[in-house]
Amino acid sequence: MKLLNKWPIYYKRDVVTHYCSGCGHGVVHRIIAELLEEMDLGKRAVCVNPAGCAVLAYKYFDIDMIESAHGRGTAIATGIKRVKPELFVFTYQGDGDLSAIGTAETIHSANRGEQITVVFINNAVYGMTGGQMAPTTLLGQKTTTTPGGRDPKFDGYPLHITDMIAQFPGVIYAERTAINGPAGIQRTKKAIRTAFQVQVDGLGYSIIEVLSACPTNWKMSTEDSFKWINEVMVKEFVPGVLTDKRGGAA
Amino acid sequence: MVSKVFMSGNHAFGEAAIRAGCRSYFGYPITPQNEIGEYMAEHLPRNGGVFLQSESETAAINMVIGAAATGVRVMTSSSSPGISLKQEGISFLAGFQLPAVIVNVMRGGPGLGNIAPAQGDYFQATRGGGHGDYRTPVFAPGSLQEVADLTRVAFDVADRYRTPVMILGDGMLGQMKEPVEFPEPLVGLPEKEWALKGRGEGPSRYMASLILDVMEMERHNWELERKYQVITKNETLYEGYMLDDAKIVAVAYGTTARIAKAAIKRVRKEGVPAGLLRPITLWPFPKVPLQDLALRIEDFVVFEMSTGQMVEDVLLSLEGRGRVVFHGRPGGVVPTPVEFSRILYREYQRQVKSEK
Ligand SMILES: Cc1ncc(C[n+]2csc(CCOP(=O)(O)OP(=O)(O)O)c2C)c(N)n1
Ligand code: SF4
Repeated sequence: MKLLNKWPIYYKRDVVTHYCSGCGHGVVHRIIAELLEEMDLGKRAVCVNPAGCAVLAYKYFDIDMIESAHGRGTAIATGIKRVKPELFVFTYQGDGDLSAIGTAETIHSANRGEQITVVFINNAVYGMTGGQMAPTTLLGQKTTTTPGGRDPKFDGYPLHITDMIAQFPGVIYAERTAINGPAGIQRTKKAIRTAFQVQVDGLGYSIIEVLSACPTNWKMSTEDSFKWINEVMVKEFVPGVLTDKRGGAA
Repeated sequence: MVSKVFMSGNHAFGEAAIRAGCRSYFGYPITPQNEIGEYMAEHLPRNGGVFLQSESETAAINMVIGAAATGVRVMTSSSSPGISLKQEGISFLAGFQLPAVIVNVMRGGPGLGNIAPAQGDYFQATRGGGHGDYRTPVFAPGSLQEVADLTRVAFDVADRYRTPVMILGDGMLGQMKEPVEFPEPLVGLPEKEWALKGRGEGPSRYMASLILDVMEMERHNWELERKYQVITKNETLYEGYMLDDAKIVAVAYGTTARIAKAAIKRVRKEGVPAGLLRPITLWPFPKVPLQDLALRIEDFVVFEMSTGQMVEDVLLSLEGRGRVVFHGRPGGVVPTPVEFSRILYREYQRQVKSEK
């Protein structure tokens, strides 16, 4: 019998998840753990985890990890990678973390072309603090701080931060994918693999934005959450490669 | 070979750090300490180290966290408004128990204030500054020789206790020039077992300050507190100057202590038996030496370039003993020895009168 789903060595066993059912964080964690093994990166990897629902990511990954203050992930990753270039350094960040409080760190680490990889989970909401508006919240989307739906007159427009930094010369690879079913999961894994490879090859900065469900704060079933990603979210945040400057490597 | 060179305080910070084995510096320009970053930009890469000018002080201190987590010696520097921004990261360094050296070359404030020397950040430096239950050892050099010596001590203390350490200077110390003798460069620093370096074949490590279990958080905070008590016991530094026959004691640190020394020399010529207690560590504060002095001395004069901050530590240390007078010049005004002499003379006259 062929074993289809081997447990990744860099994913801890016997840990009870704290993520809600239907949440995308767990799926992306699993993808990363598989890639760390498949690409033989786990032994020299350091992950910077965020403030946000993934603050407890170190409970799951069996690699060296450090927590960051809300939004400061890429600055910490910069410090690590600059002094220890031999390490494989990636951040794992939510949209509140990366595109609100950490905007400056995100933009400038990307613009310096730091040799790090960013895994950016966009669930269009602040998950951990209970469903407040994020910069990525869609127009009309109801959150606890946009009870009437996000109104651009008062709340501004959804921020497309990955599209923005994809323009920078130092950003070698940027792609947006979605955890919205088996095909989306496969595409996400392929994209993160490419992004990791960019760092392995020493080419520069890479970022993967993953549209990911937060059924709890969207107040939807898992099924409806996937539907909402497929029918609404992808219209604002269109999946696809945003930049690929790998040149011959592509 | 021991080398004596004539250089500015800010350059001395840089040279001393490199000789102390510092191999990374992250910072953001702010006057009056820009020459520290400039020195590092020129000399660190040559010495196999990393210099990076960050986009902000917040980013700089977080880069420091990253570098410190890998076990290398790392420094950042700034001046008052920039240190306010670094407080977030200093609290995280304390929570993660990571060693790093942070230099604050103080200027007049609050707000943007000015770029003149001041001592208005004493509270911020000695009370933690950032959020949460933690302390930061604070060294206050009074001369450029001490900049060279204490910078090394600061790195050692940071490593020994796995804690962020602050060196508190001011614009005067940063900008003036003096001959400095530097110690031999440190080589072959020991490996840090706890540092992140990729798990390799061993177990993985993580650094976190989030502790949701309240009993666990309490235990962590008491563990930190015990560490601070050991630091208090072992690392308190101060200088006594002309104290043996003193009947009136000035308490001052850094630049004001230099001025106070000059003032003491002046008033001694006029028969005023004044001495100086100079705290070299502001936290831990030299409480016991001050209490010992209070057994035989009644009058204390605290000099600061602020509206009165360290004077609170003097009062707390003396616990009601002695008479404490404060004289301060905030806002970037550097007092003169003549000004301090007048205060010492006046207070001594009062003492003599009350004894009659
Ligand atoms: C300086 C600071 N401000 C606010 C917070 C509170 N906080 C924690 S997580 C969070 C939002 C997290 O949202 P996001 O980054 O999108 O991650 P998610 O929880 O949705 O995965 C906020 C505001 C904090 N931890 N630190
Ligand atoms: S609150 Fe949202 S993001 Fe957080 S674990 Fe639950 S579903 Fe996931």
